[in-house]
Amino acid sequence: MSVRHAILALLSEGPKYGLQLQKEFESSTGEVWPLNIGQVYTTLQRLERDGLVESDETESEGPQKGFHITDAGSTELSSWLNTPPDMTSPPRDELVIKVLSALRVPGVSVHDVIQVHRRYLVELMQQWTRLKEDEADFDLTFALVVDAELFRLDSVVRWLDTADGRLKRAAAEPPVSSTTPRLARRLVVRR
Amino acid sequence: MRRVSKSYGEGAAEVQAIQEVSLDVEEGTLVAVMGPSGSGKSTLLTIAGSLEEPTSGEVLIGGASLQAMSRNDKARLRRRTIGYVFQDFNLLAGLTAAENVALPLELDGLSGKKAHAAGLVALEELGLADRATHYPDQLSGGERQRVSIARAVVGERRLLLADEPSGALDSTNGESVMRMILAACKRGVAAVVVTHDAQLASWADRVVFLRDGRVVDQTVPPPSPEAILEESSRSGPRR
Repeated sequence: MSVRHAILALLSEGPKYGLQLQKEFESSTGEVWPLNIGQVYTTLQRLERDGLVESDETESEGPQKGFHITDAGSTELSSWLNTPPDMTSPPRDELVIKVLSALRVPGVSVHDVIQVHRRYLVELMQQWTRLKEDEADFDLTFALVVDAELFRLDSVVRWLDTADGRLKRAAAEPPVSSTTPRLARRLVVRR
Repeated sequence: MRRVSKSYGEGAAEVQAIQEVSLDVEEGTLVAVMGPSGSGKSTLLTIAGSLEEPTSGEVLIGGASLQAMSRNDKARLRRRTIGYVFQDFNLLAGLTAAENVALPLELDGLSGKKAHAAGLVALEELGLADRATHYPDQLSGGERQRVSIARAVVGERRLLLADEPSGALDSTNGESVMRMILAACKRGVAAVVVTHDAQLASWADRVVFLRDGRVVDQTVPPPSPEAILEESSRSGPRR
């Protein structure tokens, strides 16, 4: 979540002041991510420095000082919305590294290691799902944030399930004798 | 379930489907059994529902041992106490939604009129009142599954057993299926859902993990939902 661009998005609806931006940011993220007022002003100062927002000269300094988005700000916002985040290379995922490492440690069952992580992830998912239970308290932005979190965790559980199955099948098959991996591909890993 | 095992075949061809499985499901709780295909999930469910006999061990429903029951007693238990939800819905094509739901009650000796009325109530509770006279092939996948849940909870059922209940449904319909099962639990029904899907399992009070026919792990009861929000706030948005 980019605070900078979220603030530009809120200002695209019309001029607003700092305190208002803080409140609207929190409600627009389903109140999952609180934002302190200091961070709002620091971000506004940087946006102003970069010419993406302007403050109302007529108003005095302080919490009631209004800001509006500039043309350059609108262009920047539109460009950010339509630029996919970099997902071309796999992230350096700690969980993947733990599972790969477990394969090499004598006396460690990789299936047990996978299960420890699977249970932890399912427990997290149970907590997020509990938040969905009461539909009456469930507003749209909050629902979107909770769904995103559930799908993210679910994808990790699915990977663990797939890895578990793949390792089980590999253990049942006779080992392939080769000194170099048949499919050696270099992956550029994001740090 | 007390140390329940089930094997198929004999000698070298013997396959252990489940081994020494013990599982308690209290009234009003939803337990999910998670595991890959071939882990014994469906066997566990059919034995819990008295559709299959265990090779060893004991199954108790409401304190009564299935092993001590006659065939007739078990058949009555299946009609009155246990509701099943299957992945492929198992609705009878020649009966309307209301008739499908009323069928177990009629089979149990209730008059057609009373059974039909109870069926309509169950359909209404699941938001399907306007589908009562539709046949299964006139319903969407999500509606068919809701009808099968209505059939599983109609009357005074105490135990709901569901095998991949959202099998072919999209995630929105899958969620509404789990909401219905949870609503039945809130009324005191004990429910077991077997699934490989973590999103479905996460609706349960407790998730039990099955591997190669054995229970290998289970979740601990989650803390209050607010805890996850506090945790998430601490990590905060990225700048």
